[in-house]
Amino acid sequence: MTDKVLMKGNEALAEAAIMAGCRHYFGYPITPQTEVAAYMAKRMPKIGGTFLQAESEIAAINMVYGVASAGFRVMTSSSSPGIALKSEGLSYLAGADLPALVINVQRGGPGLGGIQPSQSDYFQATKAGGHGDFRMIVLAPASVQEMADLTVKGFDLADKYRMTSMILADGTMGQMMEPVSLNYGEPTKYDKSWAVTGTECARPHNIVNSLFLQPDELEKFNFIRYERYKQIEENETMYEEYMMEDAEICVVAFGISARVAKNAIVQARAEGIKVGMIRPITLWPFPKAPMLKASEKVHTFISVEMSMGQMIEDIELAIRCRRPVKLCNRVGGMIPSPDQVYASIVETAKEGGAQ
Amino acid sequence: MSTRQILIAGFGGQGILFAGKFLAYKGLMEDKQVSWLPSYGPEMRGGTASCSVIISDEPVGSPIVSTPDLLVAMNLPSLDKYESSVVPGGTIIVDSTLIERKVARDDVNVVYIPATGLASENGMPTLANMIIVGKILKLYDEFNMEGVNAALGKVISARHQDMLQFNLKAMELGADA
Repeated sequence: MTDKVLMKGNEALAEAAIMAGCRHYFGYPITPQTEVAAYMAKRMPKIGGTFLQAESEIAAINMVYGVASAGFRVMTSSSSPGIALKSEGLSYLAGADLPALVINVQRGGPGLGGIQPSQSDYFQATKAGGHGDFRMIVLAPASVQEMADLTVKGFDLADKYRMTSMILADGTMGQMMEPVSLNYGEPTKYDKSWAVTGTECARPHNIVNSLFLQPDELEKFNFIRYERYKQIEENETMYEEYMMEDAEICVVAFGISARVAKNAIVQARAEGIKVGMIRPITLWPFPKAPMLKASEKVHTFISVEMSMGQMIEDIELAIRCRRPVKLCNRVGGMIPSPDQVYASIVETAKEGGAQ
Repeated sequence: MSTRQILIAGFGGQGILFAGKFLAYKGLMEDKQVSWLPSYGPEMRGGTASCSVIISDEPVGSPIVSTPDLLVAMNLPSLDKYESSVVPGGTIIVDSTLIERKVARDDVNVVYIPATGLASENGMPTLANMIIVGKILKLYDEFNMEGVNAALGKVISARHQDMLQFNLKAMELGADA
């Protein structure tokens, strides 16, 4: 017998958020992340927290801004079109250096798209969360356990660096059930002396704001922020290497695509094909160093994704275009099959890196 | 058993997801690696629903069952859609109350069980799914009361514990059918 329970990814994520000390959730329903909101609606009132279904996504993200300003752990969740609506708020959070956790359980796009799983918000999450110069820490879970673990991690990173962490999941990760074990100690406390909590006439006012009309002042804050981003790139990059020791072909995949790719890699290894995988766990910061290192031995990279190749650009930059990067994908809510990935690996092995 | 890939398919409302959840929980309680993945449209009832369940001694890779060892077809569209995907030597369980045609393949084991009919005759019209689950456990020779009770206790919510006996009865019906 085991202490593990079966939970949907969305539910495990929500419970992990509560265990990480999140007591304030604001959201607006959208498939396939609605279980997050439903879970919060059930649990928050029982533990003295706030669950609020806002009148819109835009309202929800601005409520997040308010609670974050007061120094509390706070989150919102949505799916692709809903995240697009939140982008103004994401930029304001960045401009005011506020920590928050934002969940995107992606669905097919563009537009209203469909309700089936997708990974086509990669650009949006890693490069264009909103206007202005800013980054978000982007975490990509590939199991229900990681949905929970990375949620706790996401809160910690957000607090540590005073910025937004985003969980970039997909409909499969949200909807699937797997055994999960939720054991986290007391939430880590971070200095929040910047929070607007009332001065009690004992300290100068704290001001949370993203408006800086003096360009030199605004420039200074941008420079400071990017110094922090540099530290994050150096210290917080996460990835998993799978069968990379002797690999001649390197699959790069995250989330559900990585799960599918693993099956194909096992199958190809049984046929004697030397293939491995680098699975980014942080999409920003992107695991550039292990890929550059792999490019010394690997003749071809294959990006397995549920988008039209959005991640390829990051792989090419990471390996400085030394090797070809092929695309193996499905989009619009379709998921690549292990057979499709296997076929791509076999074809790549035959080509042997010839362009 | 190394890895067992199960696909249960039918209409929304037939308890497809619940049946899968039970099997996954039973696997979990027997210290197996398991995954459960639903696939359905926006509607709560009607439409098509399917559920991928993987029970394995190894960590589960892809949670999507595309080539099942066991297919449960609870309506005709599901049999039409998935019959060809079953691995040779695999098993197809057909709800013969709702599906009149026979399985065309001769390289798979086929079990016909009038689950929906049995369920209505026995005053449990919503439990055709668990009749089939009983049959599955019997086929796998895994119908042990301890595991069944433990898994049922997990999947039936606290306020529906009175349904436990009905589920048990349905499973016994299926096992003996």
